[in-house]
Amino acid sequence: MKTDSVIRIINYKAGNAPSVLHAATHLGFEAEFAHNSTDLQNATHIILPGVGSAEATMSSLRDMGILETLETLVLHKKILFLGICVGLQILFEHSEERDTACLGWLKGRVVKFDSSKLRVPQMGWNKVKFTENPHFTCKSDYFYFVNSYHAVPENRADLWGVSDYGGSFTSAVNRENIYATQFHIEKSGEAGLALLKDFLILNSLKEVV
Amino acid sequence: MLTKRLIACFDIIAGRVTKAVQFNDNIDVAPAEDLAKAMYNADIDELIFYDITASSEKREIDIEAVKKVAKCVFIPFTVGGGIKNLTDMYETLKAGAEKISVDSMAVRNPEIIAEGAKEFGSQCIVLSTQVKKTGQTASGYEVFVDGAKLATGLDAIEWLKRGQSLGAGEICLNSIDNDGTLSGYDLELMKMADDALSVPLIASGGAGIPEHLRDLFLQTQAGAAIISSMLYSPRLAKNYTVADLKDYLMQNNVSIRPIN
Repeated sequence: MKTDSVIRIINYKAGNAPSVLHAATHLGFEAEFAHNSTDLQNATHIILPGVGSAEATMSSLRDMGILETLETLVLHKKILFLGICVGLQILFEHSEERDTACLGWLKGRVVKFDSSKLRVPQMGWNKVKFTENPHFTCKSDYFYFVNSYHAVPENRADLWGVSDYGGSFTSAVNRENIYATQFHIEKSGEAGLALLKDFLILNSLKEVV
Repeated sequence: MLTKRLIACFDIIAGRVTKAVQFNDNIDVAPAEDLAKAMYNADIDELIFYDITASSEKREIDIEAVKKVAKCVFIPFTVGGGIKNLTDMYETLKAGAEKISVDSMAVRNPEIIAEGAKEFGSQCIVLSTQVKKTGQTASGYEVFVDGAKLATGLDAIEWLKRGQSLGAGEICLNSIDNDGTLSGYDLELMKMADDALSVPLIASGGAGIPEHLRDLFLQTQAGAAIISSMLYSPRLAKNYTVADLKDYLMQNNVSIRPIN
């Protein structure tokens, strides 16, 4: 697919960046890993994949020295951003998981599922109901989840998708140029690929703000 | 609502899927990549890939085969066999696997479960175990290693609980007695394991007809089922498609991800 997009996938040790890269490549996009601030400079689309803990992810990003650059690009320059799984959780202010201070780009916190009532982690395919978004074709479908924690956004306007696991929980969020999914779009079959494609063809700046 | 998962399990020898009966007489089925792609297109929910001779031949896991499969399937994908340490785990994850399965090696060195969980997260570590009803342990089921050939004296349920407390995020429990027999899952074993565990349980060994899957999902809390023979064994007169199985399960009130 020929676009002027510069797609960068943040590659840190505990993340599963290779799977996300395979998915983007399969869809016909050219994407590259980013390992430092320089790699992110001209990005039009930044993806932060995630597995593991919020704490490990935050400390990886800190060690890579890219936190400030990310903030400038995403919050000020409004570069399109997609967070996946832990990449959604760290957007909020705080995670209960080892009492971790997170980015705080979105208001709210991340809490654990009730393991006295539910099998934790949630592992498998769950239905996501999306709120209307003109840029995304998907309305309601099954996606693959692996998570023990979930976000509780303060602003209802940030809600993009909800699912049910012993009660309703936030499975996707969106605010301006920031998109994030609790599920693994790179492992959610054709539904996940379709969502990734919709994100990658978003035209930065003029369409989203 | 979280749906039940159907997981296709591939026993790999030299990059090709094979099929055994009770761990013997492996016959050739297809190249791993081709069967993986076909299963993905048929809407299977997940794949498990065991490099079954890596351990006994004392060689590394076949990373190239993992890479090939990872490039053409976009569903969760677990790899096991021949993984000895954190470096092997890291290489396998980097090749595109979502999760690592540990089995015999974890019995010999249980700390590897804790090390893997700490480094990559519990969700990455699947403890796979082969158990047989021997009556020699408290639960009656005993853990076997090395391709189900060597008895360990370990009680199956105690071992699974230990694996969970060390950090395994999921347990894949295979009944050696039922494996490849097409006679159904060992429901008694699965119920016992499920009661003892809080992490998700994958039931393995014995699926031959759709009713076996229905019984497993309606009578136990298992979150996932391993199927292999019924999908692709050339020994069977009839193989089922993923759609056959999912349609049947949905008609029987099992919550399942529908076919696209």
